[in-house]
Amino acid sequence: MRCRKCPQRAVLGMPRHNTAFCGPCLTEFVRTQVQKAIKAQSMFAPEDRILVAVSGGKDSLTLWEILLKLGYRADALYVDLGIPGYSDRSHEKVERFARDVAEACGSKLMIHTVEEDAGAGIKELANLIKRPTCSACGTIKRYQFNRVAWENKYDVMATGHNLDDEAARLLGNVLQWQEEYLQKQSPTLPASVEGFAKKVKPLYRMTEREIAAYAVVNRIDYLVEECPMAKGAKMLVYKDALNRLEAESPGTKHRFYWGFLEKQKKVGESSVSMTDTDQTMLLPCETCGQPTTAGTCSFCRMMARAKTSTR
Amino acid sequence: MNIHLSHPTRDIKLQGPKRVADIFKELQLIPEAFLIIRGQDLMTEDEIVDDGDSIEVRPVISGG
Repeated sequence: MRCRKCPQRAVLGMPRHNTAFCGPCLTEFVRTQVQKAIKAQSMFAPEDRILVAVSGGKDSLTLWEILLKLGYRADALYVDLGIPGYSDRSHEKVERFARDVAEACGSKLMIHTVEEDAGAGIKELANLIKRPTCSACGTIKRYQFNRVAWENKYDVMATGHNLDDEAARLLGNVLQWQEEYLQKQSPTLPASVEGFAKKVKPLYRMTEREIAAYAVVNRIDYLVEECPMAKGAKMLVYKDALNRLEAESPGTKHRFYWGFLEKQKKVGESSVSMTDTDQTMLLPCETCGQPTTAGTCSFCRMMARAKTSTR
Repeated sequence: MNIHLSHPTRDIKLQGPKRVADIFKELQLIPEAFLIIRGQDLMTEDEIVDDGDSIEVRPVISGG
């Protein structure tokens, strides 16, 4: 197979675009797609300070690398969940990337360690409060990424969510008819109220396979191993179903999510904006001050329950 | 040929030469969910893996 842009050998076929690229042309294609995403969704400007949420996996490290290569001011935050073995390996990948790639661009890595903050790793914490590990993990990560972005006055917080993540999440929300979550599925979420950082997903135009291929071509040393806590996760089932449809009809994931964004845009013009809804519904948490619909936010409730359980 | 797989980590042997697309079929894997890597290089579905080659079938799907 030959590259469609130059005479070189292709390294990745992309059936959804009916094309194929060699390494350098794939790199150019992916970076161009990210730049288009940033512009089309008004994510951030060249002078803005960006906080990238990194995990050591392909998506977040690739996102950090691309933003730095495109000349953006991107620092990163890693949340060490304290999962024996797995967290040590992911931590090491992030530290190595920061040292070998990011430092030369004047970019810094911040670390938040769950065990230092909560007195227990994520698995133990989830057991204490009798919640699924992935649910407790989501609450902690959302809270800490937002807190660090807000406290350090970053203009925006960026995550490595890709087209597969967004299509799978959309499928899950539609299957359960969780309409209230659909508004939050935009690649750009505004800093709607005091205490909330703006959140963006610059990789939403790229599939997981394209991002992984970019990482291999550009020698990004990421953790291939899956989080042991994710075994049996619903998201994996949705992704598998979508990939089976994609094999039969290339472009299915793209059409599904992009079609949703088009419809969301049309609905948005005639409905109440998310900022208006948030400003009506959210108040500062009585404990920490972060916006919440309840008196005390879910993170503070979780920490209070964990402390009670250990007494 | 030697094939390295993940989740769970294991190595298997197949008789070569074989096209990458045929390896996907034989292992009943969806190409959209994996990359094939020989050494440090990605391989496309039309490429041939020789009998003495070692390749990695790397999953690209994460729990998100």
